[in-house]
Amino acid sequence: MTTLELQKMANEVRKSIVTGVHSAKAGHPGGSLSAADLFTYLYFEEMNIDPKNPTDPDRDRFVLSKGHTAPGYYAAMAHRGYFPVEEMVTLRHIGSHLQGHPCMQHLPGVDMSSGSLGQGISAAVGMALAGKMDGKSYHVYTLLGDGEIQEGQVWEAAMFAGHRKLDNLTVIVDNNGLQIDGNIADVCSPYPIDKKFEAFNFYVINVADGNDMEQLRAAFEKAKTVKGMPVAIIMKTVKGKGVSFMENQASWHGTAPNDEQYAVAMADLEKVGEALCQK
Amino acid sequence: MSEVKKIATRESYGNALAELGAQHDNLVVLDADLAGATKTGVFKKAFPDRHIDCGIAESNMIGIAAGLATTGKVPFASTFAMFAAGRAFEQVRNSVGYPHLNVKIGATHAGISVGEDGATHQCNEDIALMRTIPGMVVINPADDIEARAAVKAAYEYVGPVYLRFGRLAVPVINTNPDYKFEIGKGVTLREGTDVTIIATGLCVNSALEAAEMLAKDGISAMIVNIHTIKPLDEELVVKAAKATGKVVTVEEHSVIGGLGGAVCETLSAKAPTPVLRIGVQDVYGESGPAAALLAKYKLDGAGVYEQIKAWL
Repeated sequence: MTTLELQKMANEVRKSIVTGVHSAKAGHPGGSLSAADLFTYLYFEEMNIDPKNPTDPDRDRFVLSKGHTAPGYYAAMAHRGYFPVEEMVTLRHIGSHLQGHPCMQHLPGVDMSSGSLGQGISAAVGMALAGKMDGKSYHVYTLLGDGEIQEGQVWEAAMFAGHRKLDNLTVIVDNNGLQIDGNIADVCSPYPIDKKFEAFNFYVINVADGNDMEQLRAAFEKAKTVKGMPVAIIMKTVKGKGVSFMENQASWHGTAPNDEQYAVAMADLEKVGEALCQK
Repeated sequence: MSEVKKIATRESYGNALAELGAQHDNLVVLDADLAGATKTGVFKKAFPDRHIDCGIAESNMIGIAAGLATTGKVPFASTFAMFAAGRAFEQVRNSVGYPHLNVKIGATHAGISVGEDGATHQCNEDIALMRTIPGMVVINPADDIEARAAVKAAYEYVGPVYLRFGRLAVPVINTNPDYKFEIGKGVTLREGTDVTIIATGLCVNSALEAAEMLAKDGISAMIVNIHTIKPLDEELVVKAAKATGKVVTVEEHSVIGGLGGAVCETLSAKAPTPVLRIGVQDVYGESGPAAALLAKYKLDGAGVYEQIKAWL
């Protein structure tokens, strides 16, 4: 896809995030919106996947370690063709396959159930290890929150991945700077994130603006050239990106918009969409 | 009396893995710096490329096992029961149990028979923890024969299995040539009419010894070996309870939530029967030689006999 096409798709993903969370009257819009460009890039440009064959043993894998941002993940999957986009309104409803946190038993295409922070990265490491053991060429991606990396298990997994030189693994950290209780630097600072992953024998790529499709493309292209060690992409993002009143507000970590707020959010995104169409 | 052969079930675990590993390429073994103690070192020697040492990081080991299982491998994640069921409980629950992944957990050094290491390493809570996880099979074999059969059955079963093994060498008792292991099927080792003793793990042998002593007092005890605590052989438990009207459970585990808890849950609903739960009495263990500890906590033959006599 061209960068413009990816930008347009990311905007559609954002609309679906807001629509899903509004319908659910619960969920996590902030971190879904900050990672919307990443979800879009992975599912529409980077990953070797086929929604018609979600169990292909040679497919690339994605583990949403920060599982609470399922709305963003689901939205990208829906637009990519894993299930109808219209079903986003069933998010978190009784009987829906769109559980509050991703469940592989409920939704084909989800490579690993996740949501309890710190656990997804270990499963991703296991998948990457299996690929190495079997001489497969698939790649494994996992997305972590910058608050999530306060979990000790993340560093157990990182130590193992670095030790085993798993160059078929790319760890992405969504550095939107905010967690439930406030600024990550105030709550319990994980900084410097890049130096930590470097110390664990990762090749680190810092992305100054993870909401910029061109910068994401450059990072993933660079990552492909790295051999002999896992890659960590640390991307600075804006929590709530694209919805005026949600941007950089920790309070929108896990809150759903009411009807009026929903209308404003959708109007914001419509405007972005129109601007992209002018390009 | 000829000397009875004694083997620790952790040895059986390592040997069974090596044997199965020769037949199945998708079998992989994980350990957390305890390959010598869990006996997965036996497998490692035979199949170094399929033995994954995760270092001292049990939570990550369970997650890696989950990831491996999503690709079709059959991982046996091995460490002490304390760390497999205790430290990594939530990883087992959320990364293995919830997605119902085909991960086997080989938990060694369960119970107070760990011995000298003391309370921090004597896990008396693992059966209770593991059996609350939906879809988890929980197996606690009694001896070498049963332990090896259990490992094979766990490999063949598709889904998560928790296997509980001991550090202490225990007598081989399942020498009956007709012995057959089936997940979820208890084994009646001795018929009796006055009391039913339902035991698991190394306590099956204690129960057999106690039954001999009870017989000398004119008390006829039925012995049922429940190697699979979940799913529990409810049919056999109910039948055995109805046959004698009195049930004793014996386990090297807390009396809260283990075999005793499982049996009481079943009987209270299907055949209300008085039950004496013999096990570790809501206390921590302590350091000491395994045999001395089993005697002190009244889990050896004499201790089990004494408690049953006092109760009847």
